[in-house]
Amino acid sequence: MASTPHVLVIGGGSTGIGIARDLAMRDLDVTLVEQGNLTHGTTGRMHGLLHSGGRYAVSDQASAKECIQENRVLRDIASHCVEMTGGMFVKRPEDTEEYFQKKLEGCRECDIPAEVISGEEARKREPHLAKDIDKAIAVPDGAIDPFRLVVANAASAEQHGARIETHSPVTDLLIEDGEVVGVEVEHKSGPGIRVHGTEGGTEEIRADYVVNASGAWAGQIGDMADVDIEVRPSKGVMTIMNIRQVDTVINRCRPKGDADIVVPHETTAILGTTDEEVEDPEDYPEEQWEVDLMIDTLKELVPMLDEARTIRSFWGVRPLYEPPDVGSEDPTDITRDFFLLDHEERDDLPGMTSIVGGKFTTYRLMAEKISDHVCEQFGIERECRTADEPLPGSEDFSVLRDYMEEFGLRSPIGRRSVERLGSRADEVLKTDDPNPVICECEGVTRAEVQDAIGQSGSDLNAVRIRTRASMGNCQGGMCVHRLASELHDTRVDGETFDEGVAREAWDELLQERWKGQRHALWGEQLSQAMLNYALHATTQNRDNDPADGEPVDFAAFDTGADQPGESGGADVAADGGERDGY
Amino acid sequence: MSLAVQTSRLTGVSEMAIESDVLVIGGGLAGLSSAISAAREGADVRLVTYKQSTLRQASGLIDVLGYTPNGEGPLTDPYDAIPELPEEHPYRIVGEDTVRDAMSMFDAVVDTYRGGHTDTNALLPTYGGTVKPTARYPDGAAAGLASDDRDLLLVGFEAMPDFDAPHVAAHLEAAGVPFDVRGETIQFPGDLMDDAKVTRYAKLLENNGPVEVRGRERGARDALVERLNPLIENEQRIGLPAVLGDADAAGVRAALEAELGTEVFEVPATPPSLPGVRLEDRLFEALDEVGGNFESGNPVVSFDGQDRVETVYVDKQDARIPFSAEQYVLATGGLVGKGVESDREHVYEPIFDCHVAHSEDRYDWFDEDVFGDHPFAGFGVDPDPELRPLDGSGSPEFENLRAAGSVLGGYDFAAEKSGSGVSIATGYHAGRIAAQEAQ
Repeated sequence: MASTPHVLVIGGGSTGIGIARDLAMRDLDVTLVEQGNLTHGTTGRMHGLLHSGGRYAVSDQASAKECIQENRVLRDIASHCVEMTGGMFVKRPEDTEEYFQKKLEGCRECDIPAEVISGEEARKREPHLAKDIDKAIAVPDGAIDPFRLVVANAASAEQHGARIETHSPVTDLLIEDGEVVGVEVEHKSGPGIRVHGTEGGTEEIRADYVVNASGAWAGQIGDMADVDIEVRPSKGVMTIMNIRQVDTVINRCRPKGDADIVVPHETTAILGTTDEEVEDPEDYPEEQWEVDLMIDTLKELVPMLDEARTIRSFWGVRPLYEPPDVGSEDPTDITRDFFLLDHEERDDLPGMTSIVGGKFTTYRLMAEKISDHVCEQFGIERECRTADEPLPGSEDFSVLRDYMEEFGLRSPIGRRSVERLGSRADEVLKTDDPNPVICECEGVTRAEVQDAIGQSGSDLNAVRIRTRASMGNCQGGMCVHRLASELHDTRVDGETFDEGVAREAWDELLQERWKGQRHALWGEQLSQAMLNYALHATTQNRDNDPADGEPVDFAAFDTGADQPGESGGADVAADGGERDGY
Repeated sequence: MSLAVQTSRLTGVSEMAIESDVLVIGGGLAGLSSAISAAREGADVRLVTYKQSTLRQASGLIDVLGYTPNGEGPLTDPYDAIPELPEEHPYRIVGEDTVRDAMSMFDAVVDTYRGGHTDTNALLPTYGGTVKPTARYPDGAAAGLASDDRDLLLVGFEAMPDFDAPHVAAHLEAAGVPFDVRGETIQFPGDLMDDAKVTRYAKLLENNGPVEVRGRERGARDALVERLNPLIENEQRIGLPAVLGDADAAGVRAALEAELGTEVFEVPATPPSLPGVRLEDRLFEALDEVGGNFESGNPVVSFDGQDRVETVYVDKQDARIPFSAEQYVLATGGLVGKGVESDREHVYEPIFDCHVAHSEDRYDWFDEDVFGDHPFAGFGVDPDPELRPLDGSGSPEFENLRAAGSVLGGYDFAAEKSGSGVSIATGYHAGRIAAQEAQ
């Protein structure tokens, strides 16, 4: 074994990236591999709730206590990813008083600050709440941007020497003498480099220890070593509204059920969710009834949702796990706790541990526990520092400065940029060159886009998750071609992105934006979709791009009225034009 | 214009209805074409329009047909393909001759456009870096034809991210254009805000307005020429973003051409599109010249009538103003212009509730692929040969209501590149019949 152990982490979601950061900060050599973008799996597909713990205060108090503890930590170390909106559990007349009281007691038992407010007070705080809401419990729920959080963790891990490879699915586990000794990955060739990748081909990455943090995909990794990991993936829909109908998190105060939460997130509000077990985390039906259920149920809490515009819907797959002997029928009964499966103890397969279950809010704590476990394997005793050291972007930063003036940006663009960038605002936004807005819906400027390209290479979906460009009302209608232009001729890590790379990334982003919009195609958003289609197909002719298709016979077309050799003249032909034999 | 006393069933009060022979609802290309065509037939015409028309979002090019519904193309001759179109296509309904007559009317009315000398489509560069087939193009875009084999220089401005000239040039090269093309990016002279509006650029260039360059006040156009001159190698034509002048685009272009010694053209634009606005302005002038009346800013919200439309009501600051006519033309646009609307269960035409065919399952309204065969692109009313919208059983909804432009169904203008041509052809046809019937 090398003097510094090399740990390979599978999975670039919050858990994996949290582990990579933690271990790198403890001075281990770390490589993380992710099959898609960072947050490609469940992390990028959640409602963005920073739990106060209130949701688990009755059913699962251990989780609730962890939530409130981590809620406080994240407010501290990830302030630029968190918006402390506050939250409420609202009670409708048909919801029971008994459960309301249980929720209140549960919050108090778990040390979750909880305040009972009247229906009137609740409506004063949130004017669009239904008139017949009886009362509510106010709790410190918040909103958190999972993309920004993961990117910041990745940046920190890299600063501590970790290697992060995205778009590198694990194709096999390397097993020698009954022990896991590494992985084989395939570096996908996409448009240009993917993060700091080695493009194309396969690579064997040997490691002293492997951590399987692939969430809903953990079972598929287990299969490569013939070990059973009984992840029970469960899908849930999230429907994004065009504006924030509410500025605090609204939960329904009843035991459990679908469609019981609205989370304000950036410029939008996200409605959630459903809980349905699926076979394959990559391939499951995304169904109309789920979207309709969100609107039709949550309008009981916020009536204006009935007529409001949704901009897209997306589905996430929870990596639920329970020990095989529990056997819950209904996925909503499966615990949200996490499990550390040491395959040496469990399956007589040394060299690898899997982490399954759990939830986003407690990602750091899970990472800490598994990092402790990994260190234990090597007899290393080093303190975990992730709860104390702020993430890049959340370092000491005065938010009182006049960014607008400093960066020459209009309000609210300056404000939005600084919210996203936190303490990195200086380094990113200071430029002597013109810095026009690229994405108007989300207020993203060229400097921010260029910074994201510098981090993530030519993958515009990776640029999107870093900046929110193309994630607003128009869903990229006005800015996708601009993003492609920002990519063109940009040099990152010694590679210059040519037109072909930019075109491929452009197509990928167009298709990705379309995918989620399909679940929002009525009313205003259908009108927007038609406008986008008209702009992209009619005015840009991107649906028949001659660069992608058959060569065009240019000579067969009109060369202009005043060109030599052209039949006809500059005068308007009153009969509609003569036929000129082409 | 004459006034008559009408009683509104809805308000129950007597109001003076504003009367005309033909009332056109909608001020886009279809509405304007139909109002102009009706007025040219001698009818007393009034046009009412609500919002800014979608011309402001369009490139200003006049496409007739660039691709067949099966995706064949780019077509060299749009008229050749008309007989092969599906029966429900608006071009089949009005017929090839009507399309030709309508384009002749356009050519007669809009003297700032070219392409009428031939049936053959032109190919023009787009701001997305492709080329697209089109039937008519503004004077200001003419030097940019992609079927012209002279070498080309494109120049963009740093603060205008919609037109990245080096990217467009590289993309055009990949598209196989028959000339050398280079792209350069410069800073527009002066200290314009990064988010300056296109009209600000246009006015500065038109007035040669003062900008500060290295501490000295200069005319914006002169200063731009100074920055462009050193970029020219041996190209005989230069393409710039579509901001070359507002009211006097020809003057700005001529001045630039004289000083640069090359031809100058605008690359058709993104919204807000000055070429689209110039076309809209020209068409309203033309309507005025043929004696049509128009008013804008207020929506038509309701109507009276059973088999015939008797009166429509315009909502104006909480008052309902009645408008009566012998004949009506519905040119309110499609999904973008809100002439066709939808909710989770239905697709509908909001003013007259004309029948719009659609699947009950909204997941049938689209294709999985971003540029797939989208049923929603064809949403609209289905008309009879006189362009009267038909109800679910195939009878005209009203004997004196005709539809034109994107409110019609049965075609996908975005895929076909047929939007302008269908608006002009059906507008011309509906306006002409309405005028004849009214007299």
